[in-house]
Amino acid sequence: MKRAAFGHIGFPILLLLPQLAIIAIFFYWPAAYAVESSFYLQDPFGFGETFVGFDNYTRLTNSTNYINALNFTVVFTLLVTFFSLGIALLLAVKADKVIRGAKTYRTLLMWVYAIAPPVAGLIGVMLFDQSRGTITQVLASFGYDFRLGVNYWDTAAAMITVSVWKQIPVNFIFFLSGLQAIPRSVREAAMIDNRSGTSRFWDITFPLLAPTGFFLLIINITYSLFDTFGIVDTIVKGEPGNNPLTLVYRVYVDGFRGGDLGGSSAQSVVLMILVLILTIVQFRFLERRIHYT
Amino acid sequence: MAQVTLNKVRKVYPNGAEALEPSTFTIPDGELCVLVGPSGCGKSTMLRMVAGLEDVTEGEISIGDRVVNDIDPADRNIAMVFQNYALYPHMTVARNMGYGLKNRGMDKGQIAEKVREAAQMLNLTEFLDRKPSQLSGGQRQRVAMGRAIVREPDLFLFDEPLSNLDAKLRNQMRIEIRALQRRLGTTAMYVTHDQVEAMTMADRIIVLSNGHIEQIGTPAEIYSNPASTFVAAFMGAPPMNLLNAEAGQGRVTLPGGEIVPQAGVNGHAGAVTVGIRPEDVMPSPQGDLTFNVDIIEELGAQRLLHGQMAGQAFSVAVPKDQEAATGEMRLALKPGAVHLFDADEGRRLG
Repeated sequence: MKRAAFGHIGFPILLLLPQLAIIAIFFYWPAAYAVESSFYLQDPFGFGETFVGFDNYTRLTNSTNYINALNFTVVFTLLVTFFSLGIALLLAVKADKVIRGAKTYRTLLMWVYAIAPPVAGLIGVMLFDQSRGTITQVLASFGYDFRLGVNYWDTAAAMITVSVWKQIPVNFIFFLSGLQAIPRSVREAAMIDNRSGTSRFWDITFPLLAPTGFFLLIINITYSLFDTFGIVDTIVKGEPGNNPLTLVYRVYVDGFRGGDLGGSSAQSVVLMILVLILTIVQFRFLERRIHYT
Repeated sequence: MAQVTLNKVRKVYPNGAEALEPSTFTIPDGELCVLVGPSGCGKSTMLRMVAGLEDVTEGEISIGDRVVNDIDPADRNIAMVFQNYALYPHMTVARNMGYGLKNRGMDKGQIAEKVREAAQMLNLTEFLDRKPSQLSGGQRQRVAMGRAIVREPDLFLFDEPLSNLDAKLRNQMRIEIRALQRRLGTTAMYVTHDQVEAMTMADRIIVLSNGHIEQIGTPAEIYSNPASTFVAAFMGAPPMNLLNAEAGQGRVTLPGGEIVPQAGVNGHAGAVTVGIRPEDVMPSPQGDLTFNVDIIEELGAQRLLHGQMAGQAFSVAVPKDQEAATGEMRLALKPGAVHLFDADEGRRLG
């Protein structure tokens, strides 16, 4: 192959500049600023700041609110990731077998993807509403009194349900295209080798879907950690009270509601480090076991 | 070991297209039967129905004395080799070969034993721990063969297994597959669009075109007595020359007035197609037919002369030691060289 050569080093840099500028302005600069302000105690009204070292961090470890949010976020992330991946995979496997009307069916399953997270949260709020919510009424007919925004577990369940529902279509699209990328003849060879459809799925289809699954795992964990902000926000309506909160929402509540910019920055830094560790762990330990064709 | 019988088997797709007209034939136990035809002729559909990968619209398929129409592919005791090998990419060669046995509940020691035997037979022993992606095309094809052999099936099904290999490897694998099938004595159905593969490998050839069987016969029968112009043109390389001619008054006349010798017309009159194989004519000054050579193709062992006879395309194969030049020449026919076909339907006459 012929190598493209630039006469001068300045030209490629010029071409990269817009991308680099975007990354610098919207990612590195705020990140650096967060790290910096996590070592200061800001005056809530903007009258100066005091250097406090690691005080903001030690304060976090002693805060029950923060530890609660941390615990909830772990459980929330695990459940949302597990259910949105699991249900999407099930739907994809079933949709893959549909022959008649396949396109309509698939489009219907993907539709939810077009809904913005706050709207999804709003629909969730309507479904789970105290007096009019359809789901609340169904649960009431079974004798369960569902109290969104009042009962901690009920609110958590609603958050998880809406977040899972919102994420299923993305996973579904990826899983479906992953399934369709498996050569037909490989599946047919397996049909001749193995009578049981279930065991064929775990022996052949699932391992071949693993690269897709691994990619989606990372996407879904990131989604649960960060992108569910809109859903959490609509459901708790900015009134944290004793409601379950994710770490990201905690950053917002403490920083912008509580006026504690230093503490909020410290939380963001912790979050950044968590994501960094998570990504490294995933790539080091999981990816090795995955077969890429 | 088993014979395979198709009884009025028909395939119609949901959109109404008839992929296979009702077809009936029997492949005797231990024979290698080649299904050959151009793409879309229904040969793969036929094979896939026998495998159980495609539903049978009408008719009955039997393997041995068991009707298999409603039997799961895994229970038909067959093994299939696919064009793109269809190996499980995440499994080692050994696990690829043993997967079917494992699902039949065979114990590990026995599986390992059988896999080792098959690997030895196919020179794959040193590759047992490799993944398919680390193997060459020919090796992958051998693994696919091995996967079929270890099952000790009643029937082998080959779906264009050599199409993805280069020409040299294809010739070698052709011989290997043939030898292996002979040694194991297992009945086999082999789908290909390559008439050379069909001629060289088959005990019996089934020529298909547009969803119907044109002819069933041994390679020699098909070559020397093609049942239609389709078979005549499809089987044999270079293909048989087909010339439009007129039958009448007990003889066959080419446009321009030359009479085709040897052609008995059996009382047929009107338009006919005359078939003459390129290797069944020889240049001779006393020959009855005039041939105009336009191009000479050197093939090493022989030369192909392409040109015109009675204003129609015609080719002649001559041995390498025979001189040839472009321009007009006379041709004589070897005995039994002339095949006569109906001009409209292409069926063989007499």
